[in-house]
Amino acid sequence: MGSEVLAQKETRYRALSGNEAAAQAMRQIEPVVVAAYPITPQTEIVQLFSNFVSDGLVRTEFVPVESEHSALSAVVGAASSGVRAMTATSSNGLALMFEILNIASGLRLPIVMTVVNRALSAPINIHCDHGDTMGVRDAGWIQLYAENAQETYDNLIQAVRIAEHPAVRLPVMVAVDGFIVSHGIENVEMLDDQTVKTFIGTFQPDFSLLDPDHIVTIGPLVLQDSYFEIKRLQVEAVEAAYQVITEVGLDFEKVSGRCYQLVEEYRMEEAETAVVALGSTAGNFKEVVDQFQARGVPVGLLKLRVFRPFPAEQVRRALARCRAVAVMDRAHSLSGQGGPLFTEVKAALQGTGFPAGSMVNYVYGLGGREITLEMAQRVVEDLQKLAKGSEGDQVLPVNYLGLRE
Amino acid sequence: MTKTEELTAQGSGTGRSERVFNTSSGWKEFPPGGVIRGGANSHHFKTGEWRTYRPRHIEENCIHCLLCWIYCPDLAIVARDGKMLGFDYEHCKGCGICAEECPTKDKAIEMVAEPEEESGI
Repeated sequence: MGSEVLAQKETRYRALSGNEAAAQAMRQIEPVVVAAYPITPQTEIVQLFSNFVSDGLVRTEFVPVESEHSALSAVVGAASSGVRAMTATSSNGLALMFEILNIASGLRLPIVMTVVNRALSAPINIHCDHGDTMGVRDAGWIQLYAENAQETYDNLIQAVRIAEHPAVRLPVMVAVDGFIVSHGIENVEMLDDQTVKTFIGTFQPDFSLLDPDHIVTIGPLVLQDSYFEIKRLQVEAVEAAYQVITEVGLDFEKVSGRCYQLVEEYRMEEAETAVVALGSTAGNFKEVVDQFQARGVPVGLLKLRVFRPFPAEQVRRALARCRAVAVMDRAHSLSGQGGPLFTEVKAALQGTGFPAGSMVNYVYGLGGREITLEMAQRVVEDLQKLAKGSEGDQVLPVNYLGLRE
Repeated sequence: MTKTEELTAQGSGTGRSERVFNTSSGWKEFPPGGVIRGGANSHHFKTGEWRTYRPRHIEENCIHCLLCWIYCPDLAIVARDGKMLGFDYEHCKGCGICAEECPTKDKAIEMVAEPEEESGI
């Protein structure tokens, strides 16, 4: 690479928080409509974006509404008119959207939303856990989880292409760890505006409520005779998303040099034990995996970038050689069976002969409780006990990491 | 299936041909999101299936004032040349407004219970 190209590339680096990265991605996507309501820690995204609107950097119609229920409702209305529409929220705001989340996916509207993960009330808390996005995991949205600000930016741009793909036409939420990523400043490599606009292309809607030459009825009453069929059709879109997310990731690599797949296997080649994690915690484990591998301990990390649809095949393939697996849940589903990621990974490995006792769950980080490298090291040490079979019975099926006894 | 069972019609006034699906269609035949293409298709939706009481026209009492035609919320009174001719039972929901509003001393419209087994259409 010539020095001139390198210099040009270097100018693309900006010091951005996760929220700033999300706002910059939205500026480059330039949706026709953004409707939003502020909630910590998401507020900054929409505040920054509204500055872009005021400064004339985007031609977006910005609608400040009175609640998150209204925000997503306005976005559903805008998307039904055949335009790109986006919003962002967190925690209780996402919970308030629940009704409309299902309407957006049920109507097959390709809406893109950033969700800055924050613990749900009660008790009231503003810090990170995945209780909010996990609580809506079956609302029919594709869910991408970002490890850092760079992935927040990259996932948002890819989300537009994924959502709008004719075989998918589903809304996508990009989950970002509250404060840890949203307010942490990192070096983010941005694409230039034109590259983003070319990458996402022009939205080709299936229909528009504002097209009198092609009349449509959206949201008709569908009872016992046809509701089941229409929901079954939605499954096809979810199934198609695996391939589309993969293809969009490959295309994105061509313009960015950064590789995105359904899962990221970190040093899994020789791994006999593995940690499965989502979001920023994957960064902690990359560090700890490096430390242990330097000492000859064969441990790897399986980071899930996509949680919905669940990449079961990739999880099975990645964990096939492992003798013990630790699944990290930054949410407690209160199901009596551990966290939501744990039950999904267990279901994926069902029938593969993977010994059930060799898979353990760590619920951690609720309400923003810090996960330190020491805690991550403890998980890897537990895994080695499980793999060896000695003292393995001391490791409980579901553990609470970082909890005071 | 009959023509009236279709939830959407071929090119119904929109200038383009649309896929047809109905309550017998398999899931692959439905449009994504249940979005119905094409307008002027409400006549395909047989609201008369909901009816538990049906209006009966007693012709000898009828003065053809057409108040029933004016009041009917579902355009289910069949009238032509100033004459009340009967009911569109595919769309009459059996609300009874016509019978209520009928002004004659001996009513020209009375509501009678639908037989249990028949839809009345």
